[in-house]
Amino acid sequence: MKIHEYQAKEIFANAGIPVPPGDIAETVADAVALAEKYGRPVMVKSQVHVGGRGKAGGVKYAENVEAARVWAQKIIGMDIKGLTVKKVLITEAVDIVTESYVGIVIDRASKRPVVMVSPAGGIDIEEVAAKTPEKIMKYAVDPTYGLRGFEAWKLGAFLYRDPKLIRQAAAIIQKLYEVYWDVDASLVEINPLITTPDSKVIAIDAKINIDDNGLFRQKDISAMRDLDAEDPAEVEAREADLSFVNLTGSIGCIVNGAGLAMATMDLVKYYGGEPANFLDIGGSSNPQKVLTAMKIILSDKNVRSILINIFGGITRCDDVANGIVMAYEELKPEIPIVVRLTGTNEAQARKILKSVNLESADTLDNVVKQAIKLADAV
Amino acid sequence: MSILINKSSKVVVQGITGRDGSFHAEQMKKYGTNVVGGVTPGKGGSKVAGIPVFNSVEEAVKKTKANTSVIYVPPAFAVDAIYEAADAGIKLIVCITEGLPANDMMKVYDYIKDKDCRLIGPNCPGLISVDQSKVGIMPGTIVKKGPVGVVSRSGTLTYEAIWALTSAGIGQTTCIGIGGDQIIGTNFIDVLTMFENDPATKAVVMIGEIGGSDEEEAAKFVKNKMTKPVVGFIAGRTAPPGKRMGHAGAIISGGSGTAEEKVAALEKAGIPVAASPTMLPDLIKEKMAEARKKSKGSKKTKAAGKTTKSAKVKKTVKAKKTAKAKKAPKKTTKTKKTRAKK
Repeated sequence: MKIHEYQAKEIFANAGIPVPPGDIAETVADAVALAEKYGRPVMVKSQVHVGGRGKAGGVKYAENVEAARVWAQKIIGMDIKGLTVKKVLITEAVDIVTESYVGIVIDRASKRPVVMVSPAGGIDIEEVAAKTPEKIMKYAVDPTYGLRGFEAWKLGAFLYRDPKLIRQAAAIIQKLYEVYWDVDASLVEINPLITTPDSKVIAIDAKINIDDNGLFRQKDISAMRDLDAEDPAEVEAREADLSFVNLTGSIGCIVNGAGLAMATMDLVKYYGGEPANFLDIGGSSNPQKVLTAMKIILSDKNVRSILINIFGGITRCDDVANGIVMAYEELKPEIPIVVRLTGTNEAQARKILKSVNLESADTLDNVVKQAIKLADAV
Repeated sequence: MSILINKSSKVVVQGITGRDGSFHAEQMKKYGTNVVGGVTPGKGGSKVAGIPVFNSVEEAVKKTKANTSVIYVPPAFAVDAIYEAADAGIKLIVCITEGLPANDMMKVYDYIKDKDCRLIGPNCPGLISVDQSKVGIMPGTIVKKGPVGVVSRSGTLTYEAIWALTSAGIGQTTCIGIGGDQIIGTNFIDVLTMFENDPATKAVVMIGEIGGSDEEEAAKFVKNKMTKPVVGFIAGRTAPPGKRMGHAGAIISGGSGTAEEKVAALEKAGIPVAASPTMLPDLIKEKMAEARKKSKGSKKTKAAGKTTKSAKVKKTVKAKKTAKAKKAPKKTTKTKKTRAKK
């Protein structure tokens, strides 16, 4: 799960990481009121869940209240990579001497959290890694002991020479590591971490991604979820406990299991079609789940045929077949549906499907080809 | 033969009184697995499908000499269940449960890495050593005894691949799902090493997916260390970057972990990659026929060198070279040249 910059900054501030004062505005009037309140130059920053907001024109410096009004007008409602800006963060602008990068992610190879720091901050860290890898220091932390003081100092010393700055940076990095564990993050990032003319180290940006598997014990973080900033179909799917990702093709896919769902989509592409979505109905799927899945896919106007591929293990094919029949009765789909059910209770499933004149295809490849052929004919 | 589990594996089911635990305990027993006990704190003394239930893994191990555990407890308690099994002296822990926080798993990994114990999963379907033992949730009906080892990061996709093999008359030694999470106890290389050392396994099917770089590491290992043929499949060629495709581990981030990179790495290592799981049987047949031809040319060397592992590997490599040299000397020099360039 992603949270916004302003939410991440709240978490940082509570953990003792210095951030400039700021607040959120959903209207131009609110933005202006905040700029007036601070009484000095501010930044107007769009709050959307994508990277590269600055490049897209969604982050602007406003010298005075009037400039803040102009930028807020432009940015609120603006489209950034397909997402509409509904909120802006108005935050006090600070004078910058240097820009650095600090981030913590899971390293799958060492199976440890890795702290990355770079004195080349303010730009995309992947670009730094590709062009000047020597400017990045990576440090895998022993998860049992956490990030100790002397380790944090080493990282801080990679960024600055002045002990006064190193001391502040080390404290910030240690606090950031604590935040990483406390909120069950999969990524925390400060880009840039800046120094000011009066030798202060401040986080002027903040990014936190949360590990979905940790959400069950993160009530406060879960409450931060911004449904406005997400795809409505994906929100509906999550509420029904379905794993769903919206894509742009014309073949709707309903599959059990994430790997098989991906393989099915790949095969659609291989045979010349385009998948409209990734949808995994999960393990023990009841008929109701299948119905919801059909509802979500049918609401996508690009979909011209639906492909249902089930390999029954724990999932029982008859359950899925019952769900399909329910969907036929309730939703009366006008587009063709092709089905391949194999495994547990396959024979019963075939009988159930007969009532809506559906036949289960014999192989994975055949059902995919059939779905593409029917979509092309619509 | 097989890897990891066999007829003598004594299995204890953690979370046996739950819905999934009780159902699968019975399924495993039906398959022939030696299920010696179950664990649910507070329910010791009762029975599930004739299997005695204990209050702790420690107690179960003491009374039944269990050496293998399978975990079906809910995600909030599964991390604790792994620690408990490791502390009780279980040698093989298979965690089926999905949804364990990654940060907890990093601590678990750190804890068990120095212990004499192996973790498979979490978020995995478990494993089957055909006609011997089944630990986990894989349907026992789709497997058939034979010479192919199967290792996969997925669940139902693994079933699809196994079923394709079985339908084509190709049986398996052991089929294992290593799990779809970012932090897992056993990776491809661990399993490939075991298949390489298992005399009954003649070839391996490896099923990967987007995210991380385990497949790339495995490809290097296959090229440098394995004598047995390997064929592959990679799911997620159509996955968009930045989106979690169901599994916590199946995510393309920062432009790395894509299917294209993985397919390229596998092919570069001489592992043919199937476009559909249904194409795996043909690939494996081809590769096994190739390997048979090679070994025919090296029967003498093989018979002579069965004493140590390293000797065996060396000899087979030698044999490969001679076989190649006899058949197409030009080709061998070509491959050598390209290798030198790299």
